[in-house]
Amino acid sequence: MPIWTLFGIKRGVATSSWPGREDADVQTGVLGLPRFQPDRCQEHCRACADCCLPGAIGIESGSSGERLTLDYGKCIACQLCTEVCPVDALKKSSDWAFGVRKREDLVWTEALASKPAQELTAKIQSCFGRSLHIRHVDAGSCNGCESELQALNNPYYNLHRLGIFFTPSPRFADLLLVTGSVTYAMREPLLETYNAMPEPRWVMAMGTCAVSGGATAGGYSCAHGLEGILPVDMYVPGCPPNPAAMIHALLVLLNRAAQLVHGGHYAK
Amino acid sequence: MRATAEQILRPDEVPQACRQLAEDGARLQMAYAWFPEPGEPPEVLYLADRKPHEPFPLLRCRLSSTDQSLPSLATRIPLLGWYEREMMDLCGITFHGHPEPYPLVLHEGARAPIPPLDPRYPGDQLIPFSAEPWQLPPVEGGDVQVLPFGPVRGDVLESAQIVFYYVGEAILHCHPRLFFKHRGMEKRFEGLSPALGVLLAERISGVDSVAHSLAFCQAVETACDCEIPERAKYLRVVLAEMERLYNHLHYLGHLCHTTTLKVGEAQGKLLAEQCKQLNGVFTGSRFLRGLLKPGGLRRDLDLEALPHRLRRLEPEIMTYMQSLETTNSHLDRLITTGHLPQQTAFDEGASGPIKRASGIDRDLRCNHPYAAYDRLAMEIPVRTEGDAHARAQVRMEEINNSISLLLQALDDMPQGPVEAALSAPPGAEGLGWCEGPRGSIYYCVHLDGAGKLARVKVKSASFSNWRVFPFTVHDTNMMDYAINEASFGLTMAGCDR
Repeated sequence: MPIWTLFGIKRGVATSSWPGREDADVQTGVLGLPRFQPDRCQEHCRACADCCLPGAIGIESGSSGERLTLDYGKCIACQLCTEVCPVDALKKSSDWAFGVRKREDLVWTEALASKPAQELTAKIQSCFGRSLHIRHVDAGSCNGCESELQALNNPYYNLHRLGIFFTPSPRFADLLLVTGSVTYAMREPLLETYNAMPEPRWVMAMGTCAVSGGATAGGYSCAHGLEGILPVDMYVPGCPPNPAAMIHALLVLLNRAAQLVHGGHYAK
Repeated sequence: MRATAEQILRPDEVPQACRQLAEDGARLQMAYAWFPEPGEPPEVLYLADRKPHEPFPLLRCRLSSTDQSLPSLATRIPLLGWYEREMMDLCGITFHGHPEPYPLVLHEGARAPIPPLDPRYPGDQLIPFSAEPWQLPPVEGGDVQVLPFGPVRGDVLESAQIVFYYVGEAILHCHPRLFFKHRGMEKRFEGLSPALGVLLAERISGVDSVAHSLAFCQAVETACDCEIPERAKYLRVVLAEMERLYNHLHYLGHLCHTTTLKVGEAQGKLLAEQCKQLNGVFTGSRFLRGLLKPGGLRRDLDLEALPHRLRRLEPEIMTYMQSLETTNSHLDRLITTGHLPQQTAFDEGASGPIKRASGIDRDLRCNHPYAAYDRLAMEIPVRTEGDAHARAQVRMEEINNSISLLLQALDDMPQGPVEAALSAPPGAEGLGWCEGPRGSIYYCVHLDGAGKLARVKVKSASFSNWRVFPFTVHDTNMMDYAINEASFGLTMAGCDR
């Protein structure tokens, strides 16, 4: 045993200073969701829509011709659209901090209405101060989201330092964090967990599967994520979202960080 | 099917042929069914592995339209038990004389109007479901307590229910109830082009993204008779070994968590994080996704700085593993825990590091080399103890192996293109395989007349190992359960699909 004490002391602090210091989020190189510049689109080109497995990219026909629609809530960050786009209207990016409070903020809108900065929700502030206890439910994921959630408690991200904890009992939980597209067999255990939580309670849809179903939407055994199953307070698309994106979303929920995505536009 | 040695049989010839395979020293790997034409009876296929470097024996049997049943082989070849139950649930085939004739993949109360894998099952219709009680072993005597644990368990864990029958601290019987996470992944492949199918394969089991997509790509390439460029082969080895590295390091950290060795846990998980960060830097994805495609790789990678980064990490990993192997409190909890005898491992279908810790020296990278593994030197670590410690030791040696394979592959990496053109001939079929971090993965791919995917069968390592796991839990104690489960390193997503 003493050898491990000595080992720990010698190893020193491994924890990141992010989000305190901007440059240390260590997601260097990690690709996020593609960036969209519709003014570059060629007429009658449907290359991106044709290769989009979960249907995040679609074509809408209107009076002024065809228009591309983009829903980041369905994007699985597979990067195929960025590879087939002939004009870089969709480009690889490192935009991964996609946590938003309203589902519609993940849908690309043409003219961005200027939104005031998110007001502090007095309720969250008065209930939880700066701390949060999370109950996680895996409602049918690929284990990618769990792998990154487990990483939150490794020495590098060390979620505890931010006053955020995972709790085994839903009775002690403030936030229900759901991964997966909600299989028929997990629907009831998920609802039971939610019902066992004291109010006030919040729900976070973690990963594209929980937001919309993603690559595993529908079929004979899955729902479309939490759509129509639970009220969601925070949507975090990504396949899977990286640990920094998860922390960012948790801090946005606690009003300790600003939401970066509005109307599908990523502002940094 | 390409890459296999086929035998076409009548239903009544199947038992004898399977027994013959077993007598020849072959080991059945999986069985599955598919519907070659909508409305017509299904075909059942049995895949086996006989000798290294030989094609895999494959038995094919078309059922008749009047009698969609076969005799069950589960009493003779126990590992087939789960595959037969899967076919009963998803393909509507009856297996006579099955020792456990209960639903497996679909839960009790899920009533599909027609079997979900029948092509006539409507694509987007959720299966009607109302929860029903399920078959549990009966208990006599008032002292035995029953504890259903899950499906929502502690910490951040995947969903599964483990039912314990216990007296005090002693577990009499352990009965896992799985497949809460069954996402119907095999059905989702139907009608997709192979280029989109690979995105699904990456999402069968997130932490085995490369292993699954590699087996899928190889199955498609075999079906299409496509030879991929040399550079792509080496890059595939690099990706597969980087995946093994972060998985095994996380495994060691998590094992320390269950033996309450806190600093050991922190260090293991920190090393796994550093590997995931390397993945991000060099490939753009912490899970190495978005790179493989049928025909090679989607883009070339610049890995010039990777050997240097690996060499810097290597001494840290070595020191860590040596420290674990000299910590008595840790070893005391592992040695003799969760013993899996060699015969049970073989009969019940144990795979990967689990079978190698129980004395079975099989590894697809050596026995049936793919990508560039036939050009690289490696050893198969084997232990005969069959306990949690042996399973950890096998993985530690595999970490050494992986680093060595990575450095060799990066050193020998040829220049050139990374993808070959691939055209899908109508009706082609291919088998692909891969030794993932958790064991062997097989993909059988059937293409339709338009070159789209008609049926994709996924045999994952965790499906095999979850079947074996309870045999190491009966007659042990509660204190050891978490350690034993961690020592198997299982995923639910891969098992449930």
